[in-house]
Amino acid sequence: MAQSAEHVLDHLELFRGPEYQQMLAKKKIFENPRDPAEVERIKEWTKTAEYREKNFAREALAVNPAKACQPLGAVFASVGFEGTLPFVHGSQGCVAYYRSHLSRHFKEPSSCVSSSMTEDAAVFGGLNNMIDGLANSYNMYKPKMIAVSTTCMAEVIGDDLNAFIKTSKEKGSVPADFDVPFAHTPAFVGSHVTGYDNALKGILEHFWDGKAGTAPKLVRKQNGAINIIGGFDGYTVGNLREIKRILALMGIQHTILADNSEVFDTPTDGEFRMYDGGTTLEDAANAVHAKATISMQQWCTEKTLPFVAQHGQDVVSFNYPVGLSATDDLIVALSRISGKEIPDQLARERGRLVDAIADSSAHIHGKKFAIYGDPDLCYGLAAFLLELGAEPTHVLSTNGNKAWHEKMQVLLASSPFGQGCQAYPGRDLWHMRSLLFTEPVDFLIGNTYGKYLERDTGTPLIRIGFPIFDRHHHHRSPLWGYQGGLNVLVKILDKIFDEIDNKTNVLGKTDYSFDIIR
Amino acid sequence: MLVAKVLVKKPTSQQLTLEGHQMSLATTQSIAEIRARNKELIEEVLKVYPEKTAKRRAKHLNVHQAGKSDCGVKSNIKSIPGVMTIRGCAYAGSKGVVWGPIKDMVHISHGPVGCGQYSWGSRRNYYVGTTGIDSFVTLQFTSDFQEKDIVFGGDKKLVKILDEIQELFPLNNGITIQSECPIGLIGDDIEAVSRAKSKEYGGKTIVPVRCEGFRGVSQSLGHHIANDAVRDWIFDQLESDGKPKFELTPYDVAIIGDYNIGGDAWSSRILLEEMGLRVIAQWSGDGSLAELEATPKAKLNILHCYRSMNYISRHMEEKFGIPWCEYNFFGPSKIAESLRKIAGYFDDKIKEGAERVIEKYQPLVNAVIAKYRPRLEGKTVMLYVGGLRPRHVIGAYEDLGMEVIGTGYEFGHNDDYQRTAQHYVKDSTLIYDDVNGYEFERFVEKLQPDLVGSGIKEKYIFQKMGVPFRQMHSWDYSGPYHGYDGFAIFARDMDLAINSPVWKKTKAPWKEASRAKLLAAE
Repeated sequence: MAQSAEHVLDHLELFRGPEYQQMLAKKKIFENPRDPAEVERIKEWTKTAEYREKNFAREALAVNPAKACQPLGAVFASVGFEGTLPFVHGSQGCVAYYRSHLSRHFKEPSSCVSSSMTEDAAVFGGLNNMIDGLANSYNMYKPKMIAVSTTCMAEVIGDDLNAFIKTSKEKGSVPADFDVPFAHTPAFVGSHVTGYDNALKGILEHFWDGKAGTAPKLVRKQNGAINIIGGFDGYTVGNLREIKRILALMGIQHTILADNSEVFDTPTDGEFRMYDGGTTLEDAANAVHAKATISMQQWCTEKTLPFVAQHGQDVVSFNYPVGLSATDDLIVALSRISGKEIPDQLARERGRLVDAIADSSAHIHGKKFAIYGDPDLCYGLAAFLLELGAEPTHVLSTNGNKAWHEKMQVLLASSPFGQGCQAYPGRDLWHMRSLLFTEPVDFLIGNTYGKYLERDTGTPLIRIGFPIFDRHHHHRSPLWGYQGGLNVLVKILDKIFDEIDNKTNVLGKTDYSFDIIR
Repeated sequence: MLVAKVLVKKPTSQQLTLEGHQMSLATTQSIAEIRARNKELIEEVLKVYPEKTAKRRAKHLNVHQAGKSDCGVKSNIKSIPGVMTIRGCAYAGSKGVVWGPIKDMVHISHGPVGCGQYSWGSRRNYYVGTTGIDSFVTLQFTSDFQEKDIVFGGDKKLVKILDEIQELFPLNNGITIQSECPIGLIGDDIEAVSRAKSKEYGGKTIVPVRCEGFRGVSQSLGHHIANDAVRDWIFDQLESDGKPKFELTPYDVAIIGDYNIGGDAWSSRILLEEMGLRVIAQWSGDGSLAELEATPKAKLNILHCYRSMNYISRHMEEKFGIPWCEYNFFGPSKIAESLRKIAGYFDDKIKEGAERVIEKYQPLVNAVIAKYRPRLEGKTVMLYVGGLRPRHVIGAYEDLGMEVIGTGYEFGHNDDYQRTAQHYVKDSTLIYDDVNGYEFERFVEKLQPDLVGSGIKEKYIFQKMGVPFRQMHSWDYSGPYHGYDGFAIFARDMDLAINSPVWKKTKAPWKEASRAKLLAAE
């Protein structure tokens, strides 16, 4: 018996011992296992160009896709408003999934309710679920606003949110003037970034365009403020705080729309804050008067930004600006739009990032990377790698569309380090597996699921993306701004140095190259 | 803004832990007082609801009375819209729980991308195999439905998917189709596709499962549907004279309802084998299609998670005459009781084997209890979990001197509450069925347990409130908790949660100081 009270062995060690190993070996005879030689042969075959070709010929099956569905993005956006309870109309299991998914990434509570539709609602529609659900949520959780979105069930049966919410108000579920913005967010269209876009647009439309016919539309009176939209972002806590710091440094009057940087980073001090921080409803309404709106992620705001532009604002979008040039562009744009000077502090921060790159670029220069993730994140990271002299060899985005592909290819073609690099829209991580076997790279950048690729292909994983379940707290540090660029640089460098050490740490074999100074 | 304020915590646990046995609040009060307090608490909680909802929720909350045959709550009823139920869906019960762990089959999440994505690898159903080649548990296969699939139906896509799986994953031993909500709404005929493709592939096992998320009221119906799919699409396809590929023995048993979370089924299997039994199948943690198929040859089915797999156990009893017995491998008291109960179905050799196993592990049990009981004695626990755990883990806590003062099931039925009342909970325990965020927070705030055991959605809420917490679905990424080896880990984990120094630091010193000053001034 290996177990002891003195040194308790859990799953990490317990099953490695001889007792369990023998037990597991004996279990095999009941499993009707495949011939080990055959397993080996197929394993090797999956590494070949032939397999890659078959793999890329897939038309219907997705294996390990790197995207989630719309309502997740809707929930993420909704909690960015003050006192807002996301309410997802449809089956209840979906909401359990969104809450778990967000909690596993942020290590934070994630509050959201469902209208709990079942078979009868599938037949008769979910109106009663909406009527009861809004009344219950309103009474129990005392929200300032309830933001409604939909699961695919409600979408397939064609429930009409606008009419349902109106009827619910007539039935007294919530007061007539209580804010219940809504967005249809079918899971079979787009991905979580689409859901973010739809939900945010729904909320702005509600406040700006007359609250579903119950109030006059707002008349825009332009002021000097700038609205910022972060987009769906696993680093929202660190990033939005960094953006606010920069805006404050520049003295720019601003509104962060869907500011969920507080609700996903509440203190442990004896109180559970179901709601915390967020864009106030007043600010959300007044955001119509801003001079301009900046989207940090183009593909998270494909509908929202044109909607804002229609209201007369200047709109600018970025693609998850990471690193030197992208941050330069952001800062210059902020200055141009606001007419504010760029303070010397930012020039100094920029200089520090340049300094760090100069100190370390020898280790990154010419290294090949594979990147996967949401379309904007992929673009931002690829652009940063190019300016570091690295080669973003494979850039894959399951939820990237044709326009993303074209824009990526233009980016790659613009740099000598992008030659021979390819962007892959609509592909999944099983495609990436083939790419890593047939065209190996030095490092992989992606979310937690990249660890399966790291294991299978031996490509070291640098964890940047969403979700990150198996490392803690990185979402609290920014990737945006010059400081964020430095954070990304350090993440990459740490992995590069760890890899060099891992390859040179065999006593008696590689006592050379195991250097103390790098 | 909803802010749950934690009252001043009783001077428990954290401060006095290592010095001595802190009596819990509960034990200093009489049963009658506790009952009155709990009843009052339920009344208070119900006040928040609109009248109709209050009436419905009242039936799910109760204070247990000793001697009653059940816990006096309604269960397995639809959740109320908008209350923040903690429950999941039928798909979660089928793909996530029952089918997902079968390692040599490919499980397709059939419909839009989300369901498969959110349930990808999160249950830690451990297995041995070459992932992606002959084992597929931690892969996410999905048909990733697009609008055109909804409009035109997904059967043609499914046909193509099955072909692509056969080509790219040739060593799969079977395929299941786990329906997401749209499948049943758009009228797809996944059964016809399964039959046709099975025939085309020479009788390959292809199992269509109608576990659309809107069916039923929770995960529970998904378990039942998944059990029925095993019956219809695996058992009913077996040739009547089909023999397993191994010689049978009089001591062959199958482990039913153990999902091998953190290796639970392994730390159970080792005990059964040490007592002389032979485990021919694991349902479904680290399980395989061959094991499912061989189970009708078992002499006894031993059932851990009654809730999720009683259906197939009853079926095997009726159809194949295999008896089944429930057991509980949490904590030494229940383990010993269970080993003897299981041995009771066999001859003296096995009965002696059970005694030998109990004796062998007694020194470990003694050492674990000697080390951890003094740190945990008198600590109170509130549970809210699924399946079997709201009752099954109570014995393990009691072995460590702890007391469960509240418990409830996410998706239990009345037979679960009967078992709970008759064998597990103490008089005046607070019972909450299908509890929601609001109720659970109020209950914990008022009862101030030393530990809450529930799920990921609850974890951070209670930790923010300063209450130690362990996830009791996933073992908080630890485990196994089953068996004697698991008990040591369970004890360690409860200790490290409750006695972590961080819980003394949740109040800023200057805020603590100002409170102390105020008190002094009084």
